[in-house]
Amino acid sequence: MINRKAHVLLHQKDNILVSCRDLTPGETLCIDHQPVVLTQMIPLGHKIARRPLAKGEKILKYGASIGSALADIVVGEHVHLHNMKSDYIPSHTRKAVG
Amino acid sequence: MQGYLRSDGRKGIRNQLLVVYLVECAHHVARLIVDQSGQAGVQLVGFPGCYPNAYALRIMQRLCTHPNVGGVLLLSLGCEGFNREELEATVRESGRPVETLVIQECGGTRKTLAAGLAATARIGGRMAEQGRVDMALDELVVGTICGGSDGTSGISANPAVGNSFNRLVAEGATCIFEETGELIGCEHIMMERAVTPELARQIEAVMDKAANYYETMGFGSFAPGNAEGGLTTQEEKSMGAYSKSGDSPISGLIKPGDLPPRGGLYLLDIVPDGEPRFGFPNISDNAEIVELIACGAHLILFTTGRGSVVGSAISPVIKICANPDTYRRMADDMDVNAGAIIEGDASVEQVGKDIFERARAVAAGAPSVSEALGHQEFILTYKTFEPIGPGCLPTARVA
Repeated sequence: MINRKAHVLLHQKDNILVSCRDLTPGETLCIDHQPVVLTQMIPLGHKIARRPLAKGEKILKYGASIGSALADIVVGEHVHLHNMKSDYIPSHTRKAVG
Repeated sequence: MQGYLRSDGRKGIRNQLLVVYLVECAHHVARLIVDQSGQAGVQLVGFPGCYPNAYALRIMQRLCTHPNVGGVLLLSLGCEGFNREELEATVRESGRPVETLVIQECGGTRKTLAAGLAATARIGGRMAEQGRVDMALDELVVGTICGGSDGTSGISANPAVGNSFNRLVAEGATCIFEETGELIGCEHIMMERAVTPELARQIEAVMDKAANYYETMGFGSFAPGNAEGGLTTQEEKSMGAYSKSGDSPISGLIKPGDLPPRGGLYLLDIVPDGEPRFGFPNISDNAEIVELIACGAHLILFTTGRGSVVGSAISPVIKICANPDTYRRMADDMDVNAGAIIEGDASVEQVGKDIFERARAVAAGAPSVSEALGHQEFILTYKTFEPIGPGCLPTARVA
């Protein structure tokens, strides 16, 4: 389990990686041959910034845009609802109603 | 592989007896009949509404004459709007044994139950006479759907199903992928795969319709669990879902209840036509499964990352688990562990082959896991559709 690959790159054009296991703060990842120390928990299946991303920049996964950055994002940062959004229709959580 | 030959030439991989309630008021009596019939393969399906709906009638006609169905008992309260006479006539014309019980005429719960048990025994007796004949893979129709998707779905189970679809299409089988609302953002890539420019235009039109519909509803096809699993946006979920379709050219665009004319890959448009009228297009995964079955699907490949337990009435559901952690928790509900791709223990091609082999075994009669557990979920709700346009099925043979 500990030796499991940390993340996967789905397409060469992508500016994010997908975690292959739950990644913990303090863990050092190798992102494009550079060591990056994680500051956040990144669960299995979540996205990690592969490059520095500017606010408004398209997030690329599978080589295609999946939305835009809401803020500047640094390499190794968790990329999710707090710092990116859909270019089509807003996402919702359980807190959306009630 | 063998199948039950039906009068329209299609072959079934199961021989189910459907007990169909035509309004919620007849649901309990229908369930009592199913529970007490003591026969194998007796299944409960139904429509809850009292108001008539052309879509519900058409879907029910397709389901009651589905190749996996051998006989039908209709349960009516008596005053509901469902056109039970037309449904019964359709089933009778197909050569299947069919009877209708009207609770108000039978005299209530106990008398209808007794009449229903006698009817299922009669129908079952006639169904037992139906023999089986050889069936080839190019006679098989397979649908796919994802439910409870997370960040692993789009990198393991979905591309593996896409690989199995490539294998099935190469064997001449018919494969259907769906949920245009869950493909928002993939329209341009899909259009490039259409076999004719006119089909590409039709795909563009239904994708515009889907985007407008979900915008009016106020929610995309995106559940809170999707976000907890690492998916952030509708288009991200779409790209992952899209990979279930594999690499084959898209041969046609169909709507619920349309039967693909021949083998190949088809896109099912599930978003209603006209102004949004009855709410969300499909309120849960099983509503989509029912529509795939109404298009003739003999079995369903269901991918899940967060974990789902559902099966279906009529057609077996094969579950492919994308997430290795979910698989460890819910292995008893899964047919295939695609999480092995994420852990580096298997390739997409290997798992794609496993899914293909599993589909072939279930088609040949082996129960899928959800089928063995007795899962027979079913839901049918109100919708409105216009017929598909002439450019949607360019490969249809001229009759």
